[in-house]
Amino acid sequence: MVRIRALWSMTAVRLSLIYTLVFGLFAVALITYTTANTTRLLLQQTQRAVNDEINDLSLIYRSGSLSRLIRVIERRARAPGASLYLIADSSGRIIAGNVRDIEPGILGKKGWTKEPFPYEGFGHDDEFVHYAVARVFDLPGGLRALIGRDLGEPDRFRSIARRSLILALAIMVLLGILTWVFVGRRALRRIDSLSLSSKRIMAGDLQERLPLSGSGDEFDRLSANLNQLLGRISKLDEGLKQVSDNIAHDLKTPLTRLRNKAEHTLSADASKAAYRKAMEEIISESDTLIRTFNALLMIARVEAGSKTGDFSTFDLASVLFDVHELYEPLAEEAGVEFTITAAPSALVRGNRELLGQAVVNLVDNALKYAVEENENQPRVWLELTIDEFHAHIIVRDNGAGIPEADRERVKDRFVRLDKSRTKPGTGLGLSLVDAVARLHDGGFVLGDNEPGLVADIMIPLDKSTSR
Amino acid sequence: MKILLIEDDLEAADYLMTSLKEVGHVAEHAAEGETGLAMAIDGDYDVLIVDRMLPKMDGISVISSLRKEGIQTPVLILSALSQVDDRVTGLRAGGDDYLPKPYAFSELLARIEVLCRRRVSGESETNYVVGDLEMDRLAHVVRRNGVEIILQPREYRLLEYLMKNAGQVVTRTMLLENVWDYHFDPQTNVIDVHVSRLRSKIDKDFDEQLLQTVRGTGYILKSEKG
Repeated sequence: MVRIRALWSMTAVRLSLIYTLVFGLFAVALITYTTANTTRLLLQQTQRAVNDEINDLSLIYRSGSLSRLIRVIERRARAPGASLYLIADSSGRIIAGNVRDIEPGILGKKGWTKEPFPYEGFGHDDEFVHYAVARVFDLPGGLRALIGRDLGEPDRFRSIARRSLILALAIMVLLGILTWVFVGRRALRRIDSLSLSSKRIMAGDLQERLPLSGSGDEFDRLSANLNQLLGRISKLDEGLKQVSDNIAHDLKTPLTRLRNKAEHTLSADASKAAYRKAMEEIISESDTLIRTFNALLMIARVEAGSKTGDFSTFDLASVLFDVHELYEPLAEEAGVEFTITAAPSALVRGNRELLGQAVVNLVDNALKYAVEENENQPRVWLELTIDEFHAHIIVRDNGAGIPEADRERVKDRFVRLDKSRTKPGTGLGLSLVDAVARLHDGGFVLGDNEPGLVADIMIPLDKSTSR
Repeated sequence: MKILLIEDDLEAADYLMTSLKEVGHVAEHAAEGETGLAMAIDGDYDVLIVDRMLPKMDGISVISSLRKEGIQTPVLILSALSQVDDRVTGLRAGGDDYLPKPYAFSELLARIEVLCRRRVSGESETNYVVGDLEMDRLAHVVRRNGVEIILQPREYRLLEYLMKNAGQVVTRTMLLENVWDYHFDPQTNVIDVHVSRLRSKIDKDFDEQLLQTVRGTGYILKSEKG
């Protein structure tokens, strides 16, 4: 019982059984319909033949006499494979014809017999009961005649139909089982191998992937999708690992510095002014730590971020003008020529605040690096251009730039090139820009401004709202 | 000023209570959301400081229940959650301002004082006057000692915010949030340059310097002459 239930719980078994059942029902219905129709047709044909014969005989009777009619009937009755002929007197005694015995009630009613009736004919030496349909009519002189046809033919047909029905059902059941064996078992094996692999993956190795048969069928598509899912999970997992590594390396260092400073101040016999100075340093160091921590969380959030929450459609130009307006006084004070050129309109769908922060990070950097070691007039350009599919936010400066070999690396978290180590900063600014660009399905590329750095954020244009 | 602090971290609460009392405020403390809500409904507080994450009834529910009761006491939300969505949730529930943890006490103080003042003064004044500096908000004209001062649009908004909160310390973050609508912290102190530009327009050639820097905190716009 348990085993049957277990068997039933398999999709393949269930599907095969249902399939067999439905198909069988259809077959039975079809064959029944065909048989019934054919039987009716055969019956009609038989009746027509009998009617024709009666008309024929009545012609003979009208042209001759009763004795001639009986002679004709006797002759016809002796022919092989003949119809049923019977003439009886008023008491019901059979006086002529090829019927030996008949149910007594049959001759009582005139016209067509309602149902096929059994009879016994001469020369019937087999054990079968023969059935016939017949028409009964009166002859002059109190005689009664019956002319009919044996139903052997339709009966044989019915039995053939019944046999083929049973055969068809047997084949159907056999086919169902075979289908299950070949299709179902194969599918089951694939599913088993899938669930086995996923168990292994769950047990630990996120790098493992589900096997593909290469046939491109549903199972392959399912496996491919699950593999993509695994890829995304392991990427997020790596991101998480990286963040915790970062925290370990780059937050522990300043924390240690903080602790050492406090410890040193406490152990030294310091003056009140020295205490004060140490405390101020500690506060500023903690502020830097907090800022770093916030930036890290922010990047993690952007990287895990959904696109729906804070996304809206807006003009990127307004974001750039805001940033330019915010930084323009600072640039002027630092003696940097800070210009903005923006395409009239660049509608994008995105998170306005995050894009604003990305541009601020780039402009902040550009201003910082434009002023140092620059014999020329320091300059920063903020530009917005559009091509067919993207808006480009381009921030250029004529500072020292970044060597080509380092341009990808600086996007990673906490990567600071040696010359910038002495400056304030978390080493997270470009990582955030990169994360924001990726959140918007865009890109972030660093290049050479000859001299200086050119940073390009690509954001897809929002085509749905443009004319 | 009478302040209610709803905060479950007793150490943080203790530090905050002491600091608030040191600067001359009356402060009371509730360690749980329900107690805090009951106290806020009964007591006549000038401002509430509510921690976002509290055991049992959380800060957001406290604020929305309070607003449903029709109590409009200004609320400052403290939160350890990261800013982006959390700020919006907090303000939508009926909070008036939002301060992410960890924060400087001076920042918190500046914010609750502004919140409290706003409640008294209201938003609808058409003229701001600080000493001999006046702002006609209908005509968009600023005069000092009767002489018109031409300001850029952003400088006007900056001055408007400072004048609205005249006599109060406003921090750089408050200026970034309210004048520029930026809710993040640029690494360079861009605000300082804007303020000094504004200062050169309104205070240059005058004996009394109205716009002053509060070291380590921010700025204050005030006049000794009232």
